[in-house]
Amino acid sequence: MSTSNFTRRGLMKTSAVAGAGLALPTYLSAANHAGYTNAPQGDTVTLGFNVPQSGPYADEGADELRAYELAVEHLNGGGDGGMMNTFSSKELQGNGILGKKVEYVTGDTQTKSDAARASAKSMIEKDGAVMITGGSSSGVAIAVQGLCQEAGVIFMAGLTHSNDTTGKDKKANGFRHFFNGYMSAAALAPVLKNLYGTDRNAYHLTADYTWGWTQEESIAAATEAMGWNTVNKVRTPLASTDFSSYIAPVLNSGADVLVLNHYGGNMVNSLTNAVQFGLRDKQVNGKNFEIVVPLYSRLMAKGAGENVKGIHGSTNWHWSLQDDASKAFVKSFGTKYGFPPSQAAHTVYCQTLLYADAAQRAGTFNPCGIAEALEGYEFDGLGNGKTLYRAEDHQCFKDVLVVRGKENPTSEFDLLEVVEVTPTAQVTYAPDHPMFAGGALGSCNPGA
Amino acid sequence: MCGLFSNTLVGTMDAIILQVLNGLDKGSAYALIALGLTLIFGTLGVVNFAHGALFMIGAFCAVTLQRILSLSKITLSETKTNFLGQPAEIKTPYVESWFGPEMGAAIIDWSVPLAIFFSIPVMIAIGFIMERGLIKHFYKRPHADQILVTFGLAIVLQEVIKYFYGANPIPTGAPDAFKGSFDFGLMLGYEANAIIYPYWRLVYFAFSALIIGMVFAFLQFTTFGMVVRAGMADRETVGLLGINIDKRFTIMFGLAAAVAGLAGVMYAPINSPNYHMGMDFLVLSFVVVVVGGMGSLPGAVLAGFMLGILESFASMNQVKAILPGIDQIIIYVVAIIVLLTRPRGLMGRKGVMEE
Repeated sequence: MSTSNFTRRGLMKTSAVAGAGLALPTYLSAANHAGYTNAPQGDTVTLGFNVPQSGPYADEGADELRAYELAVEHLNGGGDGGMMNTFSSKELQGNGILGKKVEYVTGDTQTKSDAARASAKSMIEKDGAVMITGGSSSGVAIAVQGLCQEAGVIFMAGLTHSNDTTGKDKKANGFRHFFNGYMSAAALAPVLKNLYGTDRNAYHLTADYTWGWTQEESIAAATEAMGWNTVNKVRTPLASTDFSSYIAPVLNSGADVLVLNHYGGNMVNSLTNAVQFGLRDKQVNGKNFEIVVPLYSRLMAKGAGENVKGIHGSTNWHWSLQDDASKAFVKSFGTKYGFPPSQAAHTVYCQTLLYADAAQRAGTFNPCGIAEALEGYEFDGLGNGKTLYRAEDHQCFKDVLVVRGKENPTSEFDLLEVVEVTPTAQVTYAPDHPMFAGGALGSCNPGA
Repeated sequence: MCGLFSNTLVGTMDAIILQVLNGLDKGSAYALIALGLTLIFGTLGVVNFAHGALFMIGAFCAVTLQRILSLSKITLSETKTNFLGQPAEIKTPYVESWFGPEMGAAIIDWSVPLAIFFSIPVMIAIGFIMERGLIKHFYKRPHADQILVTFGLAIVLQEVIKYFYGANPIPTGAPDAFKGSFDFGLMLGYEANAIIYPYWRLVYFAFSALIIGMVFAFLQFTTFGMVVRAGMADRETVGLLGINIDKRFTIMFGLAAAVAGLAGVMYAPINSPNYHMGMDFLVLSFVVVVVGGMGSLPGAVLAGFMLGILESFASMNQVKAILPGIDQIIIYVVAIIVLLTRPRGLMGRKGVMEE
């Protein structure tokens, strides 16, 4: 007993020295990685998919998640490769990203800004996600984009259509593939002019939050520029379910076009109510009364049933497109899940591939390297034709689809038909356009 | 000057008539849900936060019946292909092959009205199971416990529905005969299109008036109803007289569930049902019950229609121009004013929830 060398003090001294010795290499290796948040260690890299898994947009979130899983499968060399085969960049080899196998964690945004920030934060801090992507609301996208900027990770936005995401709330670490309200307006206006003429009176019903406001502003400006008159702009609470009291006064206001700046459940209900009121069978000012839904989603259009027939809107992508990339994606997705992908699925699949490709080209996961690789990057073969990731605001510029609710659908997925593919030039705007002014991109933040 | 003034008045008059119609329609749904809530509160003394979920389940009865009627025999087409280039599926509903294409199509078209008969037994059964299985055990517990357990139940029910039907709204149309809208303006001497109102919403109003009338008649003119009313007034004395009031109250719970369910079935064509539609109505219905007076059936109906009409007026552009955002808070403003001036609500009785 008395010969034992182990004393309490001695043990503590030894462990302190050993601890310091063990800690040293970790410290050094972190320095080697040029110090950015969640630099991947070992042979895997973790991406964070932040989508609405509960709440009213859960179905859209589920479709995004399916597309993410498919993208991860393709990046790791599984499946048929999907749009990796048609993508203009051939950097991705099907061996993960930079040789590291892609793994992912998921979070639930609940389509609430605070919940989305909390789940993104947890994926960054606990799971070591090096990139956050997803979402189905502009309010959420802007909130999470801000968080990623502070945390020093890249944010690849999902479905977000507000001008502000790449306008006054743009961030150096954030990138948007999806189109926006301005582009919808620029694409729709000429089509509406051809269909309904230049002498029209428009009545706007608008969801009362960032996306609704910017879309209302964009559509009103574009239609007024071609001679339309805006009779009224009425803001409706986001929580509204019955729109009858907002729709009842429309017919008697002298308006002959109703613009529904609504999305999701709001869109389904306001459109259903408007058709219920028989607006589309009416004649006002000697013209047929028309309804326009500037942002269409096929998943949501399904909820409105046959009310969408003949109603025009715009969309980022549609599965019926016949280019090689779209066909490859529909085949890959459809074979795996049994139904065609939504525009939400398409945009997040593209975002994942674009991120992976940028990392591959930059040779690093450092957000600043990736941002540099994405800025001003031109690509093709992802279902939208030639596309530019503009350096000034991190917005993708590509063709915009004008669609119409199909009169005679042949299947439950066949709800929309593409009326016109509006060329990129027509929807492009200056980075300092008044509707996008007010914010600054700032500089990229690699975190710690 | 005079002409200008009367023009504006005429211009607003038709808008006012429109919003009265709207209010009656909104009020019908509020009144039906609040009626069921009050029945349960008045008889069982339980504050049932799962009542909105019952309304939602009613709407999903319509969805389910539509799906059952549309069950189809699937054959593969030889000529047409689906989006993957494989042979397309051709669906022929069984009802069409049994009753012939025309009769079958008509049955599917009328699925919502038919769902009334489908939903009554389903809703009564759900009401029985809820009362006997869960709520019974909370009669003697404080109201806070009852609120927590029924609110939890509401969340469970809506997640179950979401699991089976998804989160997106499901279109459930009214029969073709009720599509379009009725021109009231022509009847009142206005120009065409001045006051139009959808047929189905008029049907909804008439239907809810009928249901409310039936519930009142049932309570007023049957022996069963008399005993229930006696039980609502003084549960102990009725029990002392040797009447098994508990059993009758269970039936009342089933009845209240059926009323909420019917309100939901008929609401399905107005707005495509989704899993959280019950929660959207729940808070409003509680305000309706409180404004009407806890435990007062006529109060619930009166407050339902009153708040429906006020809500509609608050969303008029002329009103919003003066008080922007009033449409979002009007219900609560009215609730505060009513409770400040009449703390027991419009028709509340002394001693309810005051022990």
